[in-house]
Amino acid sequence: MSGFRHSTAGRVDRNKPVRFSFDGKTYQGFAGDTLASALLANGVHLVGRSFKYHRPRGIVTAGSDEPNALVGIGADEAHYAPNMRATQVEIYDGLVAESQNRWPSLGFDVGAVNETFAPFLSAGFYYKTFMWPPKAWAKLYEPLIRRAAGLGRAPTQADADRYTQVYAHCDVLVVGSGPAGLAAALAAATTGGKVFVCDEQSEMGGSLLAETTATIDGLSARDWVARALADLAARPNVTLMPRTTAFGWYPHNFLGLCERITDHMAKADPKLPRERLWQIRAKEVVLATGALERPLVFPDNDRPGVMMAEAARIYANRFGVKPGDKAVIFTACDSAYRAALDLMAAGVAIATIADLRAAPCGPWIDRVRSAGIAIRAGTVVTGTTGRLRIDSVSLATVGIDGNPGSSENIACDLLLMSGGFTPSVHLFSQSRGKLVYDEALQAYLPGISVERERSAGACRGIYDLDKVLSNGAASGTGAAKAAGFAAADTITFSTTADSVGTDGFIGVTPFGGPSSKARAWIDFQNDVTAKDVRLAIREGFRSIEHVKRYTTTGMATDQGKTSNMNALGLVSETLKVPVPQVGLTTFRPPYTPTTFGIFAGQSRGDMFDPLRKTPIHDWAAEQGAAFEDISLWKRAHYFPKRGEDIHAAVARECKATRGAVGIFDASTLGKIEVVGKDAAEFMNRMYTNAWTKLEPGRLRYGVMLREDGFVMDDGVVGRMATDRFHITTTTGGAPRVLSMMEDYLQTEWPGLDVWLTSTTEEWAVIAVQGPLARKVLEPLVEGIDLSREAMPHMSVREGRICGVPTRLFRVSFTGELGFEVNVPAGYGRAVWEAIFAAGQPHGMTPYGTETMHVLRAEKGFIIVGQETDGTVTPDDAGLGWAIGKAKKDFVGKRSLARPAMTASDRKQLVGLLTVDSKTVLEEGAQIVADPAQPIPMTMIGHVTSSYWSATLDRSIALALVRGGRARVGTRLSVPMPSGPITVEVVEPIFYDAKGARLDA
Amino acid sequence: MPDLIQRQGALDRFAAAPRNIPAAALSVLPDSARLSFRGRPSAIDAAGAAFGVALPRDACRFAVKRGRTAFWLGPDEWLLQSEGEDPATLFADMSGKLAGQSCSLVDVSHRSQAFALSGPQAAYVLNHGCPLDLSLATFPVGMCTRTIYAKATIMLSRPASDIFHIDAWRSFAPYVWQLLDEARSELA
Repeated sequence: MSGFRHSTAGRVDRNKPVRFSFDGKTYQGFAGDTLASALLANGVHLVGRSFKYHRPRGIVTAGSDEPNALVGIGADEAHYAPNMRATQVEIYDGLVAESQNRWPSLGFDVGAVNETFAPFLSAGFYYKTFMWPPKAWAKLYEPLIRRAAGLGRAPTQADADRYTQVYAHCDVLVVGSGPAGLAAALAAATTGGKVFVCDEQSEMGGSLLAETTATIDGLSARDWVARALADLAARPNVTLMPRTTAFGWYPHNFLGLCERITDHMAKADPKLPRERLWQIRAKEVVLATGALERPLVFPDNDRPGVMMAEAARIYANRFGVKPGDKAVIFTACDSAYRAALDLMAAGVAIATIADLRAAPCGPWIDRVRSAGIAIRAGTVVTGTTGRLRIDSVSLATVGIDGNPGSSENIACDLLLMSGGFTPSVHLFSQSRGKLVYDEALQAYLPGISVERERSAGACRGIYDLDKVLSNGAASGTGAAKAAGFAAADTITFSTTADSVGTDGFIGVTPFGGPSSKARAWIDFQNDVTAKDVRLAIREGFRSIEHVKRYTTTGMATDQGKTSNMNALGLVSETLKVPVPQVGLTTFRPPYTPTTFGIFAGQSRGDMFDPLRKTPIHDWAAEQGAAFEDISLWKRAHYFPKRGEDIHAAVARECKATRGAVGIFDASTLGKIEVVGKDAAEFMNRMYTNAWTKLEPGRLRYGVMLREDGFVMDDGVVGRMATDRFHITTTTGGAPRVLSMMEDYLQTEWPGLDVWLTSTTEEWAVIAVQGPLARKVLEPLVEGIDLSREAMPHMSVREGRICGVPTRLFRVSFTGELGFEVNVPAGYGRAVWEAIFAAGQPHGMTPYGTETMHVLRAEKGFIIVGQETDGTVTPDDAGLGWAIGKAKKDFVGKRSLARPAMTASDRKQLVGLLTVDSKTVLEEGAQIVADPAQPIPMTMIGHVTSSYWSATLDRSIALALVRGGRARVGTRLSVPMPSGPITVEVVEPIFYDAKGARLDA
Repeated sequence: MPDLIQRQGALDRFAAAPRNIPAAALSVLPDSARLSFRGRPSAIDAAGAAFGVALPRDACRFAVKRGRTAFWLGPDEWLLQSEGEDPATLFADMSGKLAGQSCSLVDVSHRSQAFALSGPQAAYVLNHGCPLDLSLATFPVGMCTRTIYAKATIMLSRPASDIFHIDAWRSFAPYVWQLLDEARSELA
């Protein structure tokens, strides 16, 4: 024995010393230590400050239920992780850990002044104390409270680690590798089914890792675990996953598991992810999640040095650590007696065992008594002392009136407590299984499974080793069988282990009656005391759901693993109603706090979403284009020349296109090929327009409505043959248009001989627009006559361009003579470059989406989603001409006949010209008739599009205005913070109203 | 007239020098002619005869013959793929043979980019973004399906136990490739 480390006991590797730092001081531990065990081996109990009162706190547990020992880990900000449980952090050479929620230091913390104010910080204090004055809440109280209360700090740099996500399938997933889990895994594995076994700890074996006396099949627990794991590891159908927390249960046996891969490594292989999210679909699940030891609630039960009895046993047996020199034990069950014997063997002097029970008896009590340890029956702890570590305990015998008598003080540096065990039913509850209260065990147990699930062992209230093993094996066999794998033969185990019974206590131990001013902690992590819960009940809260929210008990990051049952017990006792009537809060994922990293996975930076680029994208990037996001696409926004801002670039692009010729990448347009002998009939039904008479080789602008009569999408459609249409849709609308069409076709009109195929990505689309467009293209095409006569506006021809096949559209979204060259996408960039080269002698200028928007607005062409917002009819948008009046039906036709859809005061598309031609309106600005009216004004419309038009040397705007067409020629106002802007209502077309240019 | 125009793939930038990770190797597949065939049951046999490969009637299966593959994608939908062939020739040939049939034939040769992921860890790497059970029992050799990889739709097929073919629309192909490449880093 040296210091607090036993010379031989435990599973740590004494040949591998490990140096780490905590709060700047260097310590030594061994490989196999957790940060908690290593600190305890160095005599360090004080590891943190509490959430609200900044009370000094120590290590309470040895597992993931740890409420106090939360630390920040990481040598630099890019690898820093706050709120890690020291009981789960594995140490390695160079580990840097720090305590949290203290300033300037853990030993002297200014925030501890909150202790002085404790009487004002009772349950719900923030609802009461800081109510007045109301304005002070947001500016003063809340920021102060937030700063004073808290857990760890967020790192200041982006996470440098990798995280991955993997899907997997298995026949049987076993969660937990204690005796029940191992037995289940062994039984399931022999059937040949695919078995996954996960455990949140670094080593598999669960409670058996700290077992020193029990034997299984003639082997020590330790040797049996090693044999079982070797057996499982040798089977190709079994995957063992240590350091893997099953944190969430999602519908249909879909579980989320977080595997910690590199956190325990001093030098992690950079290829490896820090953590891997396993998304597992398991045919059957065996939950073998064990049970958590429950604290006892007594005055000042939160001092460093107050620890769970079983945790102390684990530190002694598994880590060879002596958690103190002289211990007092406070218990309500037999397992603490087992712990007492193991700790005594580890060199801890056991001053006395205070047992809450009036007459404890049984083999463990006898054994302790014969070991010479004093036992005080019917005794409670009435208080503790010690500033940064416990130094004494007051004990008192409970009298017949149920109250403690006079106290006796006993010096100690360790106080171990045990209120029995709480089955870990979190995942079962997450799977929507109903919990049933077992009066005898004072525990909620899994009831009927909702999912394909079995709970085995301690998590269903079975504690004796022989029963745990046989229950585990039966669950494994049953799960495999349900997954379709027959068991060869039943697995049995022979064990020697003494039962520690099922005694326990929930609620608050008697220490002075309900009026006592003493503070006894129920929830360590959220700093909730018995007094707080009693106050909540006095103020009228009855359901545990309300008590929980008012006091925050059970709402910390540990989800009340150690506190829920005691809070329930207290409410039940105070209200004199049975526990099941008080209720139980619902457990939700994650079981333990889980990093954002695994939820993000690889979806970071450029890989967050698919970043769709056209075949011409790289050319635009090489030319220095600025890009904008349109749905998932990157589109060239404008092509600035040196020194140009967006305004200068767009003005130049507009003028060049109107004056000579521009080239524009329209590849993102959605495209759908509609083929079949009923293609025209299908088009008639989907679009407002009439299609029957459209000849092959001609184009038509089509408008599509939703069932409710509002504009859904629009686009130019080419008839390639009598039975073949080439549809274009808006860039963002392509998927929903195709899916609506498929929906109608499959559900409404299955009799039509017509089929839809998305061709969005088949074609690169190069728009060549401007008076010189024909001159540029003519030398490049074969088999197509581009002349005005042979190929009028709104026609399509098939042939070749630059030697590759093309569908050449004569169409204009600019108001100029224009063509859209469709070529197979793989040729897109080469054809673009060929056209661009051919266009250079004619001053061809590339333009982006901003110029496209300005040019179309000058012509009053709408953009679906800009001029329309899902409440705009074709008539509202000035597209009444596109409705085939003679058609029998089309999607949305009936809705258009509703009176409200034809009311004269509907918002209609108009043009707006600011009286001051230099003023450019803000898109989205509201329009009023009279700016002098009192606020709130009557808004009669809004600006949908607004640009500076270089061509017209003034601003232009489109707007939707109530009864707008009747207001043409009048003046309206656009109120802005700087004052109203007067506008004139005009027809929504600003340039070449007759359309002579596009017919050129 | 400019020089003869070469077809560009969506993955040319990545395909030039992929990392050598034999456990899960990435490689671009050769250009193919691809036609989407959809039609009434009466046209299916004719389409098979015209293509030279009988269209599989079993759901999610593909059939291969002399460089031509017919992928079952739906009860009335197949993808017909012919390696190294000129799409226009194949389209014209099949259109002629299917004249009068109740069906649709659309050239989608350039719509997608195909590549292979092969090696003993191919299924594991694919499961980083594809939620399907890729064990041989449930996703045998000869199976194909439309599925997802992360946020992209792909067509996935398995020509051999250790080889998967992935067909993704052009603009999604780099996303799928890069994610797979990132996922297989741990096998490098």
